[in-house]
Amino acid sequence: MVNNFLSIYAIWLREFKVYLRERSRIIGSLFTPLLWLFIVGSGIGSSTTLSIDVNYQKFIFPGIISMSIIFTSVFYGAYIIWDRKFDFLKSVMVAPITRETIFIGKTLGGMTNSMIQVFMLLIIGLFIGIEYSLISVLQIIFVSIILSFLLTALGLGLGSRMHSLEGFQMIVTFVVFPLFFLSGALYPLDNLPDWLLFLTIFDPATYAVDALRNSTLGIATYSFEFDLLLLFCSTIITTLFGMLSFRKMRAV
Amino acid sequence: MIIIKNLTKKFDKIMAVDHVSLDIHKGEVFGLLGPNGAGKTTIVHMLATLLKPTSGMAEINGYNIVKDPAKVRKNIGIVFQAPSSDDMLTGFENLKIHSYLYGVPSDLRIDRIKELLKLVGLYERKDDIVKKYSGGMRRRLEIARGLIHKPKVMFLDEPTLGLDPNSRKSMWDYIQKLVKEEKITIILTTHYMEEADTLCDRIGFINKGKIIAIDTPEQLKRMIKNNSDNTTDKYIGDTIKLYFKVPDARDSQLNNSHILTKNIEILKSFKFVKKVEQEKESEIKKLVVLILHVDNINHNLPIILKSVDKVESIEFSQPTLDDVFYTFTQGKIAEEPEGGFMERYAQYDKK
Ligand SMILES: Nc1ncnc2c1ncn2[C@@H]1O[C@H](COP(=O)(O)OP(=O)(O)O)[C@@H](O)[C@H]1O
Ligand SMILES: [Mg+2]
Repeated sequence: MVNNFLSIYAIWLREFKVYLRERSRIIGSLFTPLLWLFIVGSGIGSSTTLSIDVNYQKFIFPGIISMSIIFTSVFYGAYIIWDRKFDFLKSVMVAPITRETIFIGKTLGGMTNSMIQVFMLLIIGLFIGIEYSLISVLQIIFVSIILSFLLTALGLGLGSRMHSLEGFQMIVTFVVFPLFFLSGALYPLDNLPDWLLFLTIFDPATYAVDALRNSTLGIATYSFEFDLLLLFCSTIITTLFGMLSFRKMRAV
Repeated sequence: MIIIKNLTKKFDKIMAVDHVSLDIHKGEVFGLLGPNGAGKTTIVHMLATLLKPTSGMAEINGYNIVKDPAKVRKNIGIVFQAPSSDDMLTGFENLKIHSYLYGVPSDLRIDRIKELLKLVGLYERKDDIVKKYSGGMRRRLEIARGLIHKPKVMFLDEPTLGLDPNSRKSMWDYIQKLVKEEKITIILTTHYMEEADTLCDRIGFINKGKIIAIDTPEQLKRMIKNNSDNTTDKYIGDTIKLYFKVPDARDSQLNNSHILTKNIEILKSFKFVKKVEQEKESEIKKLVVLILHVDNINHNLPIILKSVDKVESIEFSQPTLDDVFYTFTQGKIAEEPEGGFMERYAQYDKK
């Protein structure tokens, strides 16, 4: 048991150190959310009025946090396609530890990466006039942790089943973008046509965006508890999916 | 230490490993020698529990590779053919992370890591990021990593592939040092004959997934078949050429045949001489040349020289493993280009 925790720690530590050493990646990954926040946020914001009394840039801020988590987490997970080709991973898979241990270590690693970015975005939020309270910050962190765990697990599960680099492209096209666009990150859910509302229901990120918007701006479609419940359920599903995929993953 | 029975792996239509049976003894360095695509890596992957055999079984230190993979893993260390150290971490960090994964007790951890870094000559560079290591250093770090939990068996898959000749020689030294200091069983794969010859106690020749011969390098070299006559049971061994001077040129015909018959008689009386023949078209007129094939040239050459007439000069050659391999495959070697896109991309020493 102690050994299991040590192994999880070891894998997490590796991911964390590698992340910290790839500074260009950290900067790069922050750039995209900033583009959205300032260019799209200001551009669309100048010609759109929401039915609710808040400017568009502030309105999409929780959405941009979610976007950052979606991209970072799923990319991180799907990166395992690469990892398996020529990396450290084979040497980890030959160690006397279970695949579940590797999976949890990796997922925590991806979660940490996403959370570092969330913290940076929270600071940027101050500059566009977001007002935090202690409660709201704790809520944002909690929701972000769940969403990043959920999505890293999904990315790892999908990535471990793919064998070619086209697989990565497929995940981006058919998973990452739909997760983002259907989440309500860029628009309110209230006046959507039925078919679109129907689709957003199946996107776990929808509930994260809703919960984050609830804590930062006090605007929400569902109750905070309901959002959390659905996030938890989704996390259990993607975690089981990821563990099962890891157990079946070919080592060589 | 390792028992392999009819181990087989089929990928779709390719028989990568075809009913391989082997016994590898405790403390020996066993070489799997064969061309690219022969199935060496596939065997290693199966023994290391990373790949399920299609059929057959193997045991390592008494543990079955299919039924008890966790126990097997505790008993083995492995250096993969492609680089597998983490190039964003330092050498020290690489070892530390693996010491956690293998549950090395915390009070021994640091000492063990330092000891291994010294063994592979990387102690001074332990805090450098692996990206800055040369191919040979990287491979040595991976050897140290494979030893972190004091395994009983170590797999080295093409340990010098992609290294320049100097690094290769120094890698051999490190491997020999490792054999002496760690006293473990080693299975080494290679497609370099010279490497197998230098490092291994026994060698298994493998071609197209099948083991075609297993023996010590010396025995294998003795087994080389005489290619000129097509008998399969006759091995020519080492070759010696003896040059005799013709004493009087006036009646060379007579003298020649006299010298020949006399010496051939003497030579044929030795048990270790397999075959004696006269070189048919001797270039130099005043010399008679005999070609003989003998066992154990080092021991027997002095005996021969004592018994025959005065010899003008001698030439001799010992077969290399290349010859042996060629003989066994009759030149039908199934060589494949090395790896796919990814494997080539992942070669050592290539940035
Ligand atoms: N994952 C795989 N899928 C299909 N064929 C494979 C796979 N791995 C190896 N092979 C094939 O099996 C054979 C043996 O390969 P390998 O064990 O790598 O040879 P070696 O290590 O002796 O060069 C080759 O023909 C190779 O193409
Ligand atoms: Mg190989």
